This record gives sequence, C-alpha cells and structure tokens, in this order.
Amino acid sequence: MNYKWNWGILFEVSPEGKGTYLEMLLSGLMWTLTTAFFAWMIALLLGVTIGVLRTLPSRTGRLVGNAYVEIFRNIPLLVQLFLWYFVVPELVPEHIGDWLKQLPNAAFYNGVLGVGLFMSARVAEQVRTGIESLPVGQRMASTALGMTTAQTYRYVLMPMVVRIIFPPLTSELLNTIKNTSVALTIGLMELTARARSMQEFSFQVFEAFTVATLLYLFTNMIVTILMRRLEKSIAVPGYLGTSANVVVH
Amino acid sequence: MFSNFDFDVIARSWPYLFKEGMSFTLMLTGLATGAGIVLGTILALMRLSKFVVLQKFAATYVNIIRSLPLVLVIFWFYFLLPYIGQWVLGSERPMAVGAFMSALVTFSLFEAAYFSEIMRAGIQAVPRGQFAAAQALGMRYHQVMGYIVLPQAFRAMTPLLLTQSIILFQDTSLVYVLSLTDFLGAASKVAQRDGRLVEMYIFAALVYFVISFGASMLVKRLQAKIAVR
Repeated sequence: MNYKWNWGILFEVSPEGKGTYLEMLLSGLMWTLTTAFFAWMIALLLGVTIGVLRTLPSRTGRLVGNAYVEIFRNIPLLVQLFLWYFVVPELVPEHIGDWLKQLPNAAFYNGVLGVGLFMSARVAEQVRTGIESLPVGQRMASTALGMTTAQTYRYVLMPMVVRIIFPPLTSELLNTIKNTSVALTIGLMELTARARSMQEFSFQVFEAFTVATLLYLFTNMIVTILMRRLEKSIAVPGYLGTSANVVVH
Repeated sequence: MFSNFDFDVIARSWPYLFKEGMSFTLMLTGLATGAGIVLGTILALMRLSKFVVLQKFAATYVNIIRSLPLVLVIFWFYFLLPYIGQWVLGSERPMAVGAFMSALVTFSLFEAAYFSEIMRAGIQAVPRGQFAAAQALGMRYHQVMGYIVLPQAFRAMTPLLLTQSIILFQDTSLVYVLSLTDFLGAASKVAQRDGRLVEMYIFAALVYFVISFGASMLVKRLQAKIAVR
C-alpha cells in the first residue's frame, strides 16, 4: 500500500478554525450523542405508548398502533428523514413552512424527530412482545381484584415488562446511536460527517475513519457496560430475562 | 394541499426510476443477500468451530461490524477497496473499483455479520444428538454440516433471513451517500432536476413501503406455514 500515514494530522488545526482535527471529530461525537439522547427520549415515550396501545382491548387502538408501527418500519430511515426535512415544510401552511426552513440547527431537530420516530416503532414492537409474553392470568387476576385497565398496566404489567424488555431495549439504544449517522444526509455534522469532512480537507482518509471507528466502538462499550449494570440492579430475582434476541439491527 | 402537485413528473420519469433505479436496488439487494448469507454461514461455522483462532476471529468481526453505523462502513470500503485491490493484484496504482462493485462488497460484508447471528442461532437450535449420531455413522464434518445440520438450520431460519433481507433492501437506500443511482438516488436526481422534491420523496416513500410491507406479509405467511409442521 502506498498510502502515506500521518497520525500527526489529528493535532493540526482544521480549516474550520475551531481547534484541531481531533477536536473536530470529538465535537462530532458530541452531536451524535446529543441527537441520539433526544431521539431516544422520543422513541421511549412514543414507543411505550404505541406498544401499550397495541395490547389494549380496544380494536381501534390496536389498529392505530399496528398501522403506526408498519408505516415507520417499512420506509427506510433515510427516506423518512427526507420527508421531515424537505417535504413537511412544503405541506404545512406557508408561514409555518418558512419558519421551519429558517430554523437554526434544522438538521438537528429533524434528525432527532426522524430517528426518534423511526426507533419508536421498534420500541413499540418490543413493548408489545414484552406485554404479550406475560401470563394472561396476571391481567385476569388484576381485573378480578377490581383494578381498572390503567391500574393493571401501571401496577401489575408494566413493572415486569420494563425488566423483561431491558436487554433488547439496550440494543435498540445502540441502534439509535448508530442511526444518527444517517442524518448526515440532511447536513447534521455528527461523527461520521466530521470524519468525512476531515477526509475532504486533509486527504488523510484512513486516519479520520480509524478515529471515528474507535470512537463508535468506545461509545458502544460504555453504553453496553452501563446498561448491563442497570439491568442487574433492576432484575427480578429468579426471573430469566429474554436476552436471547437474535436479530438486532 | 395537493392542488399544485405535479404528479406528471412521476409518469415522465417512470422508466428512469424503475429501469435504472429500482433494478439497481433490487440487484444490489439480491446479490448482497446471497453473498451475505454465504459469508454469514461461514462466519457462524467459524464461531461454533473447535478452533479458538477461528472463533475469536469471527466473534471480533461480527461484534465490530455490528457496533458501527452502515454509513461509516460504506465510506470505509469506498476508500479502502482500491488499496486492497492494488495489494491483491500487486499493481502500482490503487485499483479503480466501480461504484456498484464497491457497494456490493460493502453490503455483503456488512450484512454477513447480521446473517451470521441468525445462522448461529439456527445451527445451535439443531439438537446436539443429531450431530453426535451423524458422527457415529462415520460422517465427516462437512457431511454432518452439509447433509444434516445446515439444511435444518436454513429451513428454520428462513423467515428471519428473509426479514433481514427486507431490512437490507431498505438499507441499500444509503448508497445515496456515494451519489449512486439506486431507486432513491434516481428519485432524488429527478426531484432536484425538476424542483419536485415533495412529489418524488412521497412517491419514493410509498414505493418502499409497498414493497417492504408486502414482502413482510409474505414472510409472516411463510412463518405460519413452517410453524404448523
């Protein structure tokens, strides 16, 4: 290979004028993590709501929940981001559309919204599976005790579900972090985008991508370790979790 | 709201969208699924083999690939492949790798990690007694795997493998970052040329939805069929 390695490039000042290339990549990591954090909040909030909706006795509720999940699962994330970023501002009334287009950090808001909604469908699927995996008797017993549906979910079903679906949710969290990279297509300067622009400025392709790769692996490791700890601390004694989730993507 | 829509743009660009764009997408999906399943099966066999080196290699490969975003891996291979080609062929300059080839190699190697996890679960689901019985009958490793274990693993895992290939179909839209003309690439080129972003992106979303949703319904049916036996 006649590629000229130059690791010193990381400590040279980037043409963006805000510090070295390494600092540029690290600020990309910060954007990745910030976007992922807010997207994950949306995913959890909507995912749990929709997941619960799909297990309620109401037929309309189930129908709405299923439609939601199928729509967000069967359109590629990239296309969904384009819909939020390019299409929605054109469809709403003009003054709102203009406001949306001139919003500072529009890529960030759209990235959070797009990735968040995309992931919420996957969280909803996990929540539904979790609720359905509980013995029917628990729901019946709660009804027999005179609990309302809301009370049954709040005090009987959900406390178990949260613990059961914790391991698959950890991989969905990791997917959220990875998926924020797709938002580079709408101009979010997250980690992969920064590595790409470092390559364009400096031509040191492999240094840029190696550092980005290491940062992703490191983030992955930290999140996994933290979630394992949390998982252990909330585990129900004597109850085996469903950690054997094969397809995590 | 739809009054100033120009649906004609879709009709006008139909041949370009489907003959060029969609056939690229489907070809990439098909070839990468095939290559990904073959490589994934090899990785799964390595991971379950008795040789520690092979186990470690497969495990490291799968774990690293699964920790990285696909977009980053697409960029990696796009820049790395010319150098690998040069190294393999021993030529003087980095090899020119076509964009389709680059995408195909990337998706095959990337998805292999995900397919290997499915195949590993499939192989492990075959009762160990069958392996032992086949060996007692004097079968060699490749015979045991080829005639006894893998056919059952494939059969049991077909729904999951197909679901993964639907995900792969959606993921191929990410070749957008290399400005290739897959279905989304074609749609976005027309959108920008004619200034019809709204129509084209809604249409693209619809097409992806119909294909993915239809395919996943078929997989569900297949799953029900397999489960009965």
